[in-house]
Amino acid sequence: MPGADTAEGRQTAAPAIELRGISKAFGPVQANRDISLKVMPGTIHGIVGENGAGKSTLMSILYGFYKADAGEIFVGGQKTLIPDSQAAIKAGIGMVFQHFKLVQNFTVLENVILGVEEGARLKASLAKARGSLKRLAEEYELNVDPDAKIEDLSVGHQQRVEILKALYRQADILILDEPTGVLTPAEADHLFRILDNLKAEGKTIVLITHKLREIMAVTDTVSVMRRGEMTATLETATTSPEELAELMVGRKVLLRVDKKPAQPGQTVLEVEDLHVTDEDGVARLKGVSFHVRAGEILGIAGVAGNGQSHLLEVLGGVREATGRIRVNGQDIDLTGKHSDGRSRRARGIAHVPEDRQRQGLVMAFKAWENMILGYHHDPAYQKNRFLMDNAAIRTESAASMQRFDVRPPNPNLAARNFSGGNQQKIVLAREIERSPDLLLVGQPTRGVDIGAIEFIHQSILDLRDAGKAILLVSVELEEILSMSDRIAVIFDGLIMGERLPDETDEKELGLLMAGITDTEAPPDFETIEAALDAAAGPGDAPHG
Amino acid sequence: MDFATVLQVLDSTVRLATPLLLACLAGLFSERSGIFDIGLEGKMLFAAFFSAAIAAVTGSVWLGLLAGIASSMALAGIHGLASITFRGNQLISGVAINFLAAGLTVVIAQDWFQQGGRTPSLLGGARFGPLTLPFAETLRDVPVFGPIYHDLISGHTILVYVAFAMVPLTWWVLYRSRFGLRLRAVGDAPEAVDTAGVSVIRMRFTAVAICGVLCGVAGAYLATALQAGFVKDMTAGRGYIALAALIFSKWRPWYALSATLLFGLLQAVALRYQNIEMGGFVLPVQVMDALPYILTVVILAGFVGRAIPPRAGGSPYVKEQ
Repeated sequence: MPGADTAEGRQTAAPAIELRGISKAFGPVQANRDISLKVMPGTIHGIVGENGAGKSTLMSILYGFYKADAGEIFVGGQKTLIPDSQAAIKAGIGMVFQHFKLVQNFTVLENVILGVEEGARLKASLAKARGSLKRLAEEYELNVDPDAKIEDLSVGHQQRVEILKALYRQADILILDEPTGVLTPAEADHLFRILDNLKAEGKTIVLITHKLREIMAVTDTVSVMRRGEMTATLETATTSPEELAELMVGRKVLLRVDKKPAQPGQTVLEVEDLHVTDEDGVARLKGVSFHVRAGEILGIAGVAGNGQSHLLEVLGGVREATGRIRVNGQDIDLTGKHSDGRSRRARGIAHVPEDRQRQGLVMAFKAWENMILGYHHDPAYQKNRFLMDNAAIRTESAASMQRFDVRPPNPNLAARNFSGGNQQKIVLAREIERSPDLLLVGQPTRGVDIGAIEFIHQSILDLRDAGKAILLVSVELEEILSMSDRIAVIFDGLIMGERLPDETDEKELGLLMAGITDTEAPPDFETIEAALDAAAGPGDAPHG
Repeated sequence: MDFATVLQVLDSTVRLATPLLLACLAGLFSERSGIFDIGLEGKMLFAAFFSAAIAAVTGSVWLGLLAGIASSMALAGIHGLASITFRGNQLISGVAINFLAAGLTVVIAQDWFQQGGRTPSLLGGARFGPLTLPFAETLRDVPVFGPIYHDLISGHTILVYVAFAMVPLTWWVLYRSRFGLRLRAVGDAPEAVDTAGVSVIRMRFTAVAICGVLCGVAGAYLATALQAGFVKDMTAGRGYIALAALIFSKWRPWYALSATLLFGLLQAVALRYQNIEMGGFVLPVQVMDALPYILTVVILAGFVGRAIPPRAGGSPYVKEQ
């Protein structure tokens, strides 16, 4: 009960955090541009935005992990310089990074005291931390065995250790960066209960996420970031997921692509009940089914991190899965030694991966060497049993670089010396020139300059008009809308629905991308909120 | 083999294990902080030369020891600068230090003393003498314990006792002190140390400096205690054996003691039994001499089970997410 009073009272007080005109660039990339933000004490403030919008950078600046190029930080109304993490800790700021900063072979206790030990001997510090941990565990439902080694703990427990670390350092402001990305739903619910408990104690929480449901469920206010800029700050109660989705994705003019109606033919790709669990044991695909016909583009829309990357990797043969995939009516292996990139290519599947620099190219290799990656065993490239016909490969590469308008069209230049767009054209040239039955394309225009986008889109459309099947995965909604002949929306490892581009709009797709299938009465929200309310009850009781 | 012989071999084991132990603990501090140090050999050699040279010139072994430590720390500083500040390759930096030390010591020695790359033989106060522990003489005739105390435990130079005392001290620092906690953390997860508000750079430089001090003592021991003066390449691969012992011991101080004693024993046996007869077949001395190195290869080949090095070892710390 007094919790509510203090929260009210503090609304008029100085903001817990205030950022003024923060800018930060990494080389040519402007990660944050003139960002201002106020977060009131005793509230949960959400920051949403797509991957790469600059959310994590902003919070890392606040935690002293990066240094801002320009701007000021005020903590509790006081102008504060945060040159390093020590200063942030002193200012009462704690941060739970997306990738935990824990020493794996240390115990929970050792991790908690690291950096804030009392004196040169550990004994007293460990004893003190043990007591504090016990108290914090009871207070906030942060139970974790203080003597357990981090490497033996589940991800959810490791996250609790990070929160405990911050609280042990007397943090009043807690920043959580994509905290639920690695959690199971039950763990996520528990986390939200913890956050509610913390808020009731008067702590200020900044929650960075790209999941709109979490924002709607737990935050008081929300800020939207897009491409390094803060585009809006709203009261959560007065906004809606649709509005946030619009703000996140942006309302730019559609890049209209000049395309003929599709002439779909036979079904090329059939995917049935595909399941994928990643290395951390998190289910990434939970029964995905769809098909792609020859001569059409199926676009997969979705907020990054909802399983589309895993889908591409499974189809491309770089990740194992369960379920069924047929290409031209024939099953392909999803596990074992016949499930790799080479055997996929042999079945007529070409793959333009999402991360072209890591999966699509060897950056130190020259363009002509990159042009045959994965096809190097082709007899056409062999001079004899031992030597490859490099001269022929170079000539062929130069010709296909011309056709794909790679600039400069110099096959002897290393891949890293090309711009993002031209790197992408090299990958596309390599995959499309083999005239595959099925082309998988992930984020074809991510990090690509405007000039190259049109050419890349046209190349993909040409392949479609040549009667090939294309699966396009993109987080850019306009790209999906303009390129696709059919659109499937993926959310949390499931296909939420399929739409025709002419019969849908960004708004409807945005809702589907947020996991809302019924605009009238979004059921998922209510269930989650109800669950949270029910769960928050006992947590609040000790303070009442 | 009688009791006296066993004692003599063990006594020799202790003497020969001492430089290995010091170098091994030096490597332990450095590598626990995440800085691989293949340059133990070079630092020891440098310290051996400078301690012998200064001891020869001044007649004071203590000044020699200080000079040895200082010279070893100078090389450690170069390694730190290259691998921490400039984020260079730690192996290359270490190898460079070994080459530098091997060449410079001989060149300077020749220019300075003109004795073919040696220092003059050290006499009297220019060399560490044996210490006789209390009651060693009185207890000498007590059966079993007397000889052990008199012949094995007593009668070493001060540096031997320092080396053995370093083992529990290192253990305590590593597992019971704030510095040790941070040291272990910085070698395993520097990003955790950084976000906890502790300087990764400072931690690593401190560790490398400690490594320099211990290597300095090890080198000084070789030239001013074990032997009487510096000769070319007198470390004879001890730095590498210490590295093998470090892996063998899985970067733990008490295991380091056992590992270096084992290597010391092998060297002692090789020294004592030049040719060993095994049922009409003579094992030549070269085989015994090679034994520590063969064991090193076997250990490095991974016959001792999985040794997990500090996770962040060998890689410079760069902030990223």
